[in-house]
Amino acid sequence: MSTAENALRVALLGNPNCGKTALFNQLTGSRQKVANYAGVTVERKQGRYTAPSGRTVELLDLPGAYSLDAASPDEAITRDVCLGIAAGESRPDLLVCVADATNLRLHLRFVLEVRRLGQPMVLALNMMDAARRRGIEIDIAALERELGLPVVETVAVKHAGAQALVQRLDRVVAAPTKRDAADADLHAEVRQLLAAAVRMPARTAAFDDVIDKVALHPVWGLVLLAVLMFLIFQSVFSWAEPLMDGIEGGIKALGDWAVASMAEGPLRSLLTDGLFAGLGGVLVFLPQILILFLFILALEESGYLPRAAFLLDRLMFKAGLSGRSFIPLLSSFACAIPGIMATRSIQDPRDRLTTIMVAPLMTCSARLPVYTLLIAAFIPQRTVAGLFNLQGIVLFALYIAGIASALLVAYVMKRFSRDRSEHALLMELPSYRWPHPRDLAIGLWERGWIFIKRVGGIILALTILLWFLSTFPGPPEGATGPAIDYSLAGRIGRWLEVVFAPIGFNWQICIALIPGLAAREVAVAALGTVYALSGSDDAIAAELGPMIATQWPLATALSLLVWYIFAPQCLSTLAVIRRETNSWRNVWIAAGYLFGLAYVASFITFQVTRMLST
Amino acid sequence: MRSRLANCGYNREPFLFSAYLPVRLSELLPGNTAVVHTVEDVGSADPIARRLRDLGFVAGEPVKLVAFGPVGNDPLLVQIGFTRFALRRSEAARVQLQAAGASA
Ligand SMILES: Nc1nc2c(ncn2[C@@H]2O[C@H](COP(=O)(O)OP(=O)(O)OP(=O)(O)O)[C@@H](O)[C@H]2O)c(=O)[nH]1
Ligand SMILES: [Mg+2]
Repeated sequence: MSTAENALRVALLGNPNCGKTALFNQLTGSRQKVANYAGVTVERKQGRYTAPSGRTVELLDLPGAYSLDAASPDEAITRDVCLGIAAGESRPDLLVCVADATNLRLHLRFVLEVRRLGQPMVLALNMMDAARRRGIEIDIAALERELGLPVVETVAVKHAGAQALVQRLDRVVAAPTKRDAADADLHAEVRQLLAAAVRMPARTAAFDDVIDKVALHPVWGLVLLAVLMFLIFQSVFSWAEPLMDGIEGGIKALGDWAVASMAEGPLRSLLTDGLFAGLGGVLVFLPQILILFLFILALEESGYLPRAAFLLDRLMFKAGLSGRSFIPLLSSFACAIPGIMATRSIQDPRDRLTTIMVAPLMTCSARLPVYTLLIAAFIPQRTVAGLFNLQGIVLFALYIAGIASALLVAYVMKRFSRDRSEHALLMELPSYRWPHPRDLAIGLWERGWIFIKRVGGIILALTILLWFLSTFPGPPEGATGPAIDYSLAGRIGRWLEVVFAPIGFNWQICIALIPGLAAREVAVAALGTVYALSGSDDAIAAELGPMIATQWPLATALSLLVWYIFAPQCLSTLAVIRRETNSWRNVWIAAGYLFGLAYVASFITFQVTRMLST
Repeated sequence: MRSRLANCGYNREPFLFSAYLPVRLSELLPGNTAVVHTVEDVGSADPIARRLRDLGFVAGEPVKLVAFGPVGNDPLLVQIGFTRFALRRSEAARVQLQAAGASA
């Protein structure tokens, strides 16, 4: 392996959505996120590969940019790296400018802008497969001649589709032989280039036009969007059921088997009440999370998301957001952390801040376990209107409540803002693409692993910690109540209960909320541990659902559901807000308003339900 | 506000104004094509106008209004070059069209 000094430092740059990250993954074998909309990559990402000559190439994947005259934080990163003014980083040795071969009118302008820098550079014409399908003919030799720099064809999503680029980078690349003056008309030059080297039968893909007729239709477009969203939530609930039953049974059997030969004692209690109760309680939700991710991945790759943003822009704008907020907010349904990071592609700083502030209100996948547990325990399994499942409808309503409150909060923020200058949208709609089953499978596998690792890591550690807190100190001689009442956790829970009693939380819930701060889904595992320890001895990995169904009043369950819509129950989210806005003030505001909303809404829910049910 | 009023007037009396040539991108109707004349700055050093020029809204470039958003005919879907962009009405109002380029 060669040393870092003689490694070739190469940066990938180009317009958004031209396939830079797909190329990066192809060359370095990494699995950075690729999706079909502008603004997927928002940070610089580094990787390396070994060229055929044996030389090490350090590859840098950069956020897409329409211009080096940056208009958003992600574009600024690209500009800084290209100009060599990025902190702690010298200028790359070589620039690979990537352009979408089906979109050259736009992308060649950026190529010319980069060429002005006078750095050694190669142009990678990507998406050549799509270009050929559309009958676009590109005279590579003419383009090379006119541009004065090497041009290679690539298909970043095909095996070995970047071979030509690898070969070319392995040879010497000089600075471009042509270069424009600072005030040259780049658009005029692009037109000349197109006239000299490109033959294009049609400006757009016929397929896109046909689909957009429906997808962007003022009525059918909205109907399609609503049906799509509703279908996702229904299937998360109904498809996952058999799988969940299987996992639940499997873990219970495993737990029984593991302790069958074990003597009664603290270790056995740790295993059954701590480990298996906690782990099982969370792993069971893997199918639901995977189904949700499957839909999100497929939507991301299809190119539909910016269309949905287009349809919703006006409504979101009225509420103080922007169509551009749609994708970050949709990602937040998976997890608020990538969602908040995705706001970097929003140009307007006010829109960006508002989006960050309301992203935690989107129902992230970590809330699913809590919702599902409570819904299964308290909402009857009934069919409504012969088609829909009542439990599915309640889940849908919880999601809607999150969205509605986000719109409300954004609206209030807009009202209070003194800055009334114009907000920009300027959003590109990409071509539709069929999601690759293999990419979907890989994406799912990754997300599944991340979830399992979380379960294995944080959740396990916290559950065990909680088990300790709930077991020690043991009850004094002659005690009558359950042992946990005397433990540390029992005491802490009872202090907290003073604060939370008005919203109907018992002390078991209060305890579960504490480890739930590290990751929301832990709360379920924690409830499992607490109840397993406070119940009778034969409650080995007793199923939590039926147990709470008999022990909690309905008002408490509804109150907890509502609590989870709002509560800032995730420290990582707060940490990301700090990082992305660079301000503790925003963190306090976010945590404060979320906590306030949660408390007030739960209070109302609890008191009203109690009044109605007596 | 101004652009919305202009638009309503145009929609309400299309026949009276059959000889009327749209002068701004925000006044086109879906399916119309035109040629860009210039992009106007709103205030000094308008970053939105600058970005529009970077994206290809420059003199002589054909544009097509592809669709309106479902609420209040906003945003607008505009084809410039080989690319489609969603623009808000106020952004599109910065783009002035050439007199000869319109076809109703
Ligand atoms: N057909 C085809 N699709 C491609 C090719 N390269 C990339 N794509 C698709 O193009 C889309 C964008 O790819 P990305 O790699 O995320 O693009 P990017 O340039 O990194 O985008 P940003 O990070 O947003 O700037 C994805 O849907 C890819 O699957 C290609 O060569 N052919
Ligand atoms: Mg990328």
